[in-house]
Amino acid sequence: MNLEGKQQIWNDYQKEIADDHYFYARSCIRQTFFPGSEWAYLDIMKNKLGKDVVDDPRHTTCTGIGYHSDIVPAETIMTVVARHFALMTEAGYENMTPSCITSFGIYTEILETWEHHPEIEEKIREYLWKATKREFNKPKNLAHTSDIIYKFRNEIATQSKYKLVNVHTGRPLRGVDHIGCHYSKMFPTKGIGGAEFPAVLSGLIYAWGGDVIDYPERRHCCGFGFRQYLVMANRGYSVANSKKKFESMQPYQPDFIVANCPGCAMFMDKWQYTISEMEGTTYGQDGYGIPVLTYEELSALVLGYDPWEIGLQMHQVSVEPLLDKMGIPYDPEAKYKNVRGENIGAPKCPTYLRVANL
Amino acid sequence: MINFWGYSISETRSINYDKNDKAMTEYIAATVPSSKLCIGCGGCTAGCTAGNLTDFNIRKVQMLMKRGETKDAKEQLQKCMLCGKCMLVCPRGVETRKMILEMLNFIKTNQKLED
Repeated sequence: MNLEGKQQIWNDYQKEIADDHYFYARSCIRQTFFPGSEWAYLDIMKNKLGKDVVDDPRHTTCTGIGYHSDIVPAETIMTVVARHFALMTEAGYENMTPSCITSFGIYTEILETWEHHPEIEEKIREYLWKATKREFNKPKNLAHTSDIIYKFRNEIATQSKYKLVNVHTGRPLRGVDHIGCHYSKMFPTKGIGGAEFPAVLSGLIYAWGGDVIDYPERRHCCGFGFRQYLVMANRGYSVANSKKKFESMQPYQPDFIVANCPGCAMFMDKWQYTISEMEGTTYGQDGYGIPVLTYEELSALVLGYDPWEIGLQMHQVSVEPLLDKMGIPYDPEAKYKNVRGENIGAPKCPTYLRVANL
Repeated sequence: MINFWGYSISETRSINYDKNDKAMTEYIAATVPSSKLCIGCGGCTAGCTAGNLTDFNIRKVQMLMKRGETKDAKEQLQKCMLCGKCMLVCPRGVETRKMILEMLNFIKTNQKLED
C-alpha cells in the first residue's frame, strides 16, 4: 500500500471538529476529583487559544451514571440532555463540547437514536416542553473536549514552555494513552482514529515531543464501567482490569499515563493506591506510582501552568517525578496550601506507595 | 497488607464449559424452571441475612451452578439458613428457596450414590 492510499484511508478516520464558539458541558467526576482540570481547559481555550466558550452554571449532570446502572430510564436521560441542548440553543450556540466521555457517549447515542427514530425525538420535545417550556435545536457539531485539544495541539506546541522530553537525558518521555471506552468503541466514526486507531491522545503526546508506548493491553478497559464498580461484590473484577493494564505497561517504564475519560483518570490514579495496600505492589520507579494526568492537565503543564494551581496535589499518585523529568519548577512547600497560602492539610501517607513530601 | 474495602482483586481464570459437570444445572432447570428467569440483579444477595453475616452470596451460587462449577457451589450452600427472604425481593419471581433446597437434594442424592 502506498502512502497516498494510507492517507486516503486515514481520512476516513477523521471527524469534523468546529473551529470556535463552543458550548461547554462539565463532567460530574472530573470536577469532583480533578477540580483544576476543567478550569485549566477553560483558561487555555479562552486565554491561550482565544476561543469563545460558554460555561453555563445551569448545566446539570447528564445522568449517565444513573442511566448506565439502570436507575434512570432512557426517556428521562433524553429529556435531561434535551434541556442541555435547549440551554445551548438559548445561548445562541451550535457546537456542543462535553468534558466527560460518558456524556459524549450519551449525547452521541441519543442523537443517533433520534436520527433513526424521529418519533422518539418528538416525544422528548413534548416532555421537555411540558417540564420546562423549553425548545431546542440539535447541535450542529458534537466534539469531546479532548477532540478540541487535539485540533489545536500544534498551536499549543507553538506556545509551549515545556516539552514532553526528559531534560536530564534529552530523550522523549514515554506516555501511555488511555482512551475512554465510550469515546469511540460504541460509535467508531465519532472518534478521531475510530475504535481501532484512536489518535486523540497519542496525537497530543507526539505533538508535544513525547513518545507513545504500544503495550499489549493498550485498548483494555480500565474497569470503571458503572455496573462493575457500583456494586461492592463486583469491585474485585473492576480493579483486576486496571491491574492487568498496569502489569502490561510496567515493563515499558512509562513516565506518565494520560486519559481523556474522567472515570479512567480517577480509577487509574486511585487504584494504584488500592493495589499497593492490598498486594504491596507499586508500578512506578523508586516506589512511586505512574503519574496519571487528564489531557487538560497535560496541556496545562506543557503550557507552563503552576502544577499546584491546576490541582495536581489532588492526585493520589505523586506527579513530582514527572515534573522533575520535564524540568518544571514547583514549590514543595506550596503543595498543600490554598491560593491564600493557608494550609489545607496533607493526606495520610500510604503504607507502600511513595508520596513526595510526605 | 491491609484490606478494609470489603473486596479483593479478582484473579484471572478461565472457565471450561465443555469440561464442567452440568448435571446439577440440568437437574435444577428441570425441577425449578423459574431459575431460568434470573437476570443476576443481586437483589437476593442484598437482602440475604446469611450474606450479611458470612460471605454467602446467593447470586454467585446460582451463577456457579449454571456454569457447572458444582464444587464451589456446594461449599457455599451450607451457609444458607433457608429463611426465604430472597424470594420476597426477587423481581423475576424465581423460587430461590426451592432452588437452594433442590440443589441440596441433588448433592445429597449424588453423595449417596457416590458412597
